[in-house]
Amino acid sequence: MLLRTADNLYWMARHMERAENTARLLNAQYQFSLLPKEQRSVSYQWGKVLELFELKDIYKGIEKNISPHKVVEFMTIEQSNPSSVVNSMWNARESARSMRGVIPTDLWEMINSSWLEFENIFSENIRLRDLEKSLRWVTEKSYSFRGVLEATMPRNEFLFFTKIGMYFERADNTARILDISFDMMRDESYFSKEELSPREDVVLNDLEMISSNQANKNFYFWVTVLRSLSAFEIYRQVFNDKISPTKVAELLISRKDFPRSLLVCLQGLQKHLQRVSTSDKHLSNRLVTKISAEVFYQTINEEFVACIRDFLSQFLHNIDYLGNVLSKEFLIPMVSGDSGNQTLIRTIDE
Amino acid sequence: MNNKSKNNLFKKISDEMFITSNVGRSARVHCGNYWEWFLEQSKNDMHVARKDANLLYKKFGVTYTITGGEIEKNKLLRNERIIPFDLIPRILSRNEWGKLEEGLIQRIYAINAFLQDAYHEGKIFSDGIIPPELIYQNSQFRHQMIGCNLPDNIYAHISGTDLIRNNDDNFYVLEDNLRVPSGISYMLENRKVMMRLFPDAFKRTKVAPIDHYPDLLLKHLKKTATRISDNPNVVILTPGQYNSAYFEHSYLANQMGIELVEGQDLFVVDNKVYMKTTSGSVRVDVIYRRLDDDFLDPLFFRPDSVLGVPGIFSAIKDRSVIICNAVGTGIADDKSVYPYVPDMIKYYLGEEPLLRNVKTFLCRNKRHKNYVLANLHKLVVKKVHGAGGVGMLVGPLAGKEELLKFKEAISNNPEGFIAQPLLALSTSPVFTSAGVVSRHVDLRSFTLHGKDNIIIPGGLTRVALKEASVVVNSSQGGGTKDTWVSWS
Repeated sequence: MLLRTADNLYWMARHMERAENTARLLNAQYQFSLLPKEQRSVSYQWGKVLELFELKDIYKGIEKNISPHKVVEFMTIEQSNPSSVVNSMWNARESARSMRGVIPTDLWEMINSSWLEFENIFSENIRLRDLEKSLRWVTEKSYSFRGVLEATMPRNEFLFFTKIGMYFERADNTARILDISFDMMRDESYFSKEELSPREDVVLNDLEMISSNQANKNFYFWVTVLRSLSAFEIYRQVFNDKISPTKVAELLISRKDFPRSLLVCLQGLQKHLQRVSTSDKHLSNRLVTKISAEVFYQTINEEFVACIRDFLSQFLHNIDYLGNVLSKEFLIPMVSGDSGNQTLIRTIDE
Repeated sequence: MNNKSKNNLFKKISDEMFITSNVGRSARVHCGNYWEWFLEQSKNDMHVARKDANLLYKKFGVTYTITGGEIEKNKLLRNERIIPFDLIPRILSRNEWGKLEEGLIQRIYAINAFLQDAYHEGKIFSDGIIPPELIYQNSQFRHQMIGCNLPDNIYAHISGTDLIRNNDDNFYVLEDNLRVPSGISYMLENRKVMMRLFPDAFKRTKVAPIDHYPDLLLKHLKKTATRISDNPNVVILTPGQYNSAYFEHSYLANQMGIELVEGQDLFVVDNKVYMKTTSGSVRVDVIYRRLDDDFLDPLFFRPDSVLGVPGIFSAIKDRSVIICNAVGTGIADDKSVYPYVPDMIKYYLGEEPLLRNVKTFLCRNKRHKNYVLANLHKLVVKKVHGAGGVGMLVGPLAGKEELLKFKEAISNNPEGFIAQPLLALSTSPVFTSAGVVSRHVDLRSFTLHGKDNIIIPGGLTRVALKEASVVVNSSQGGGTKDTWVSWS
């Protein structure tokens, strides 16, 4: 396979996954912001969404005030935002187009026809009337993408590099959402102190028991975090218990049964990197094994959660480094050392 | 009024599908079965089919990219257009096709012999058949190719000849495209769409199949390899996804199951060409390039080219890699060389040309220039190096201002122009929202030349969708039709 093709497969999958993740997150956040609350806390919440994507500066360049509507617009259809859904889908489509001679026709047609529909689905008419519909459409397209992938992609490097891109983006996304959520939880202006204790958490199946407003807010906050990762139902199934930050962390970091947990993503990365490795000298393989082991052996309890952000920022740093090494060893090296959230310019460094 | 005057340009126009006699209009014999089928279709069915066809093309991404000034900023997708497709096929009889095939093969032999001669002894010049300055001063002449011996002396492995039909029912060659002719993907896609939309029509008429073209092409390309190998590595070299014909490049790579490479994917070591893959370097034997000579190798041609592969020309000269078509074939499809092709046939093959040329006036020739300037309103003027129907003058339809503009341009740069009489291009019925109307058509046929010669029975029929227009180029509002060679 051409190096350029491997690179395109990787980025196609990353962009598709990113579109899906962004749409899901926006949908959950949008539901959350519909709950009655103060104006200040609404703009705080959406400011954090921008922070999560490291897009605050670009946003500020376009729009002064932070409102749910404006942020959603910025994250979906704004062309100057490199991580907007429209750009993610366009980039995925262009990657696919540049290798359409070698990927299955069904896959190309799926991606291309999604792109053709985009304009209509995100037309002002539909977007304003039923935002959830537009955002659901994006996640559904990403599901179709993976379905066509499984059904038609040769089970060799073609599939492996695609999966590498998908797992990489997914790990990055889960870690970012966790990081920003715990950041918000520590924020005293947002959460009152006494609620930090997990003991005061809310019993899931008994909403009547929620007495204070703050607890109410706490509950919805974590539900939103889980929903941003399609993890709410799995949480109930796995723990069958009240929602606690520690358990949320456990589910999103080290549970094998949650498809977007850091452990599952890292193990997926590890497996597929091994499959495409031609020698055992690759640094990427050692790095991914190390990060994966760190996640695997991490004990998740209250002490860990107390300093979870150190763990997460180390993790984000590691995976960013892994992304660069991986590109250098298997693909076309990235120009800047970012994890793909800012610039996606790629050239050959020779 | 204007339309009427346009329609009266020609006394007689011949139609591909119908014969008009005293009794009225009837379908030609080889079109009879099809037309009978067509008349059974309801208008509504055809309209539905037309919509379906558009959707199919859009979904599959059968598009070409608009370049240059036409690009609309911020409208990502709108720079890709589908070429309009007409639902009614153009049907040629087996007999007509046989004659055409013979003529095309004769022509490609002569052209190839000419290329070999032009880059070696140049006998045709010393014998006074073609003025040498026409070649040696030509911008398409590649002095780097002088004395370069190619395997089997084949230069033009793949060509696409543009043909038109005059009101005498004869085919005339309009252009020999010997560089990187495109259109084959549209030919293949058109047939696929037609078979999907109208399976019954194919039951009534025996249509020569064309779907195996990619196999033929791959076999043809593999045969050219010089390195002894069971399975020579053939690749397509594309300028990239923003090239207007990118769809075709990727389509052919997909259909042949070979890699579609860009210049950045290839490198040269010890005069051998390799591609960068995930499992290391892989040797390349044959390159079907869709990149112009100029951009091929910055060390030999345009130094500012980033699309090419440095050093690749050394590998070509070393015959360690075969490039199709050879470098420098452009001298034979130049519009100013075109009038000499019949002479080439007589000179190299000692035969009478089977296919006619369109009468062409070379403005570089004083006598011709004076005639052209005096009769501009009757002629079609083209730039020698123009393509795509851009910068063309259709005298009888032009206004005074345009005529004056061309008069001046020709006087200033006679070498840059040729002129041809306006031909009464044959017409073919076209299905529009208003019903069936007739429009002018041409034909691009595709020739594979080598030890064996293959002309795929069919081709790409281009149709001028504007009423009475004779410009069929897709960039000028032209569409395409499926082209059938009736085998019954």
